[in-house]
Amino acid sequence: MDGREGGRGGRDGDSGRVPYQAVRPGAGTGRGELRGSGRGVLGLLGPNGSGKTTTVRILATLLSPDGGRARVAGLDVVRQAAAVRRVIGLSGQYAAVDPYLTGRENLRMCGRLGGLSRAAARRRADELLDRFGLGDGAGRQARTYSGGMRRRLDVAASVVTRPAVLFLDEPTTGLDPRGRLELWQLLGELTAQGAGLLLTTQYTEEADRLADDVVVIDHGRVVAAGTPAELKAQVGADRLEVQARPGDDPGRLADALAPLGSGPPAVDAAAGRVVLPVGDGPAVLADVAARLAANGLKIADLALRRPTLDDVFLALTSQAEGTPS
Amino acid sequence: MTAAAPPVRASAVANLGTMTWRQLLRLVRVPTLIVFATVQPLLFVLLFSYSFGGAVHPPGVGRYIDYLLPGLFILAIGFGASQTGVAVAGDLASGMTDRFRAMPVTGIAVLAGRAAADAVRNLLVTGLMIAAGAAIGFRFHAGPAAALAAVGLSVATGLAFSWLNTLIGLLVRDPESAGLAGLIPVIILVFTSSTLVPVATMPGWLQAFAKVNPVTDIADALRALCLGGSTARPVTQALAWIAALLIITIPTAVNRYRRAAPA
Repeated sequence: MDGREGGRGGRDGDSGRVPYQAVRPGAGTGRGELRGSGRGVLGLLGPNGSGKTTTVRILATLLSPDGGRARVAGLDVVRQAAAVRRVIGLSGQYAAVDPYLTGRENLRMCGRLGGLSRAAARRRADELLDRFGLGDGAGRQARTYSGGMRRRLDVAASVVTRPAVLFLDEPTTGLDPRGRLELWQLLGELTAQGAGLLLTTQYTEEADRLADDVVVIDHGRVVAAGTPAELKAQVGADRLEVQARPGDDPGRLADALAPLGSGPPAVDAAAGRVVLPVGDGPAVLADVAARLAANGLKIADLALRRPTLDDVFLALTSQAEGTPS
Repeated sequence: MTAAAPPVRASAVANLGTMTWRQLLRLVRVPTLIVFATVQPLLFVLLFSYSFGGAVHPPGVGRYIDYLLPGLFILAIGFGASQTGVAVAGDLASGMTDRFRAMPVTGIAVLAGRAAADAVRNLLVTGLMIAAGAAIGFRFHAGPAAALAAVGLSVATGLAFSWLNTLIGLLVRDPESAGLAGLIPVIILVFTSSTLVPVATMPGWLQAFAKVNPVTDIADALRALCLGGSTARPVTQALAWIAALLIITIPTAVNRYRRAAPA
């Protein structure tokens, strides 16, 4: 996908404009190539309402962009929508399986709609049930499934016809840690076999773990793009985390330590925590102790760590409550 | 992924078959659908015939059940069709519609699958009501061909109701509201028509409406096929109404489906 201008988010509140020219993940000319790097997973990271779902809906031909162009696997999503639908799989924000059909029936239905013969659809359904760990539930109606099983069935339904490009919109939202790990493993297997994945998530850990490339969007605009390592390097420096003692004002800690930072401190008043980017972490520790002593401040805890995608996310996306997006 | 992708497009007929299969499975598994297809038609036959039977004496008809049953086909099928709007709105809300729309399947195949399954159900509902009616005295008076035509006209009426409710589901988008929105026109049209009582017993202003009410034409046609009498004119009028409704609702619903978004 590439293009100019962007797409207005339909009627679901994501009305920001998505400038695809900045997304440019390599147009998926070959299987498993959503980007030039040739490794399969593009993570679309952004806060609620940032336009992730809108972007996926446009790329999956569900929503018309109000401008610009987008291509999936080299096909224009507007002018060649029917062809796009033959090469994509979509797993939307909510597990979309028919609750009154069994797992096997759901997969057979999707196989048939995707153009498989009756026999091929049956074989493929059984193969996927086995591979997605749904063998026990194959003959049970999906409404009896746990959330994790339902989501695995949903993803299985999206890959029945072996799509070249798979869209997953917040696939692990609502899953417990075990369900999340299981799904991550399955997605890893899919990409190992060459599927190109576009994954939206608001979990930075998920993007870090699964995505080869990450695009951070906010208010419908791309604010950063690169590999997870590049993005972390972009926010730079080590992070100094200082925890105030219960009842103390973390703002005073921030004021006292700010001169040591390579950027402004972030204060989490509720948690009583200050996070400060520092150029050379270990070297600055002595100065930290000196400044705390000079200001008569005591602290509960102190830690020094490498930046995470969380820091990228927080540094690049606005967190203002109630901002229309 | 591993094997070559099979990006062939299934034929429209195959897709319609797949969607009809899905809806038939739901028909025997979703509790409300089972009730709408069995308990409710039986209740209609028994309640209306015993509560109205003593009071209503349509001229020229020996037993009220003979007059009533053809009308009850419409009532039961119309009520049952409200569940089609519920299902269509439910698919929108659950993301099923998104899934189908992102696949190489035309909207008409997805939507018509439900209407086709409804037709199967309506065939069974009509048969069930005929059996229940026969147990309390109902008889066909115009021969087997006309009786079969009556069943066919019931099913055709059901198609029109199904597509109307498909459109309602796509427009209303919330399942519960869609169910209500589907019932209200049926209730109004049935009770202001010749479905349950002769139009001549109504006040003048209501007679005026009842005479132009399409459900009156359909009820009169069904009644002519069941009881005898001239059928050409009422059946032609009924079919014209059904065709008009389908010509309006099918393209509108398909168009709406193409631009569908979750509620």
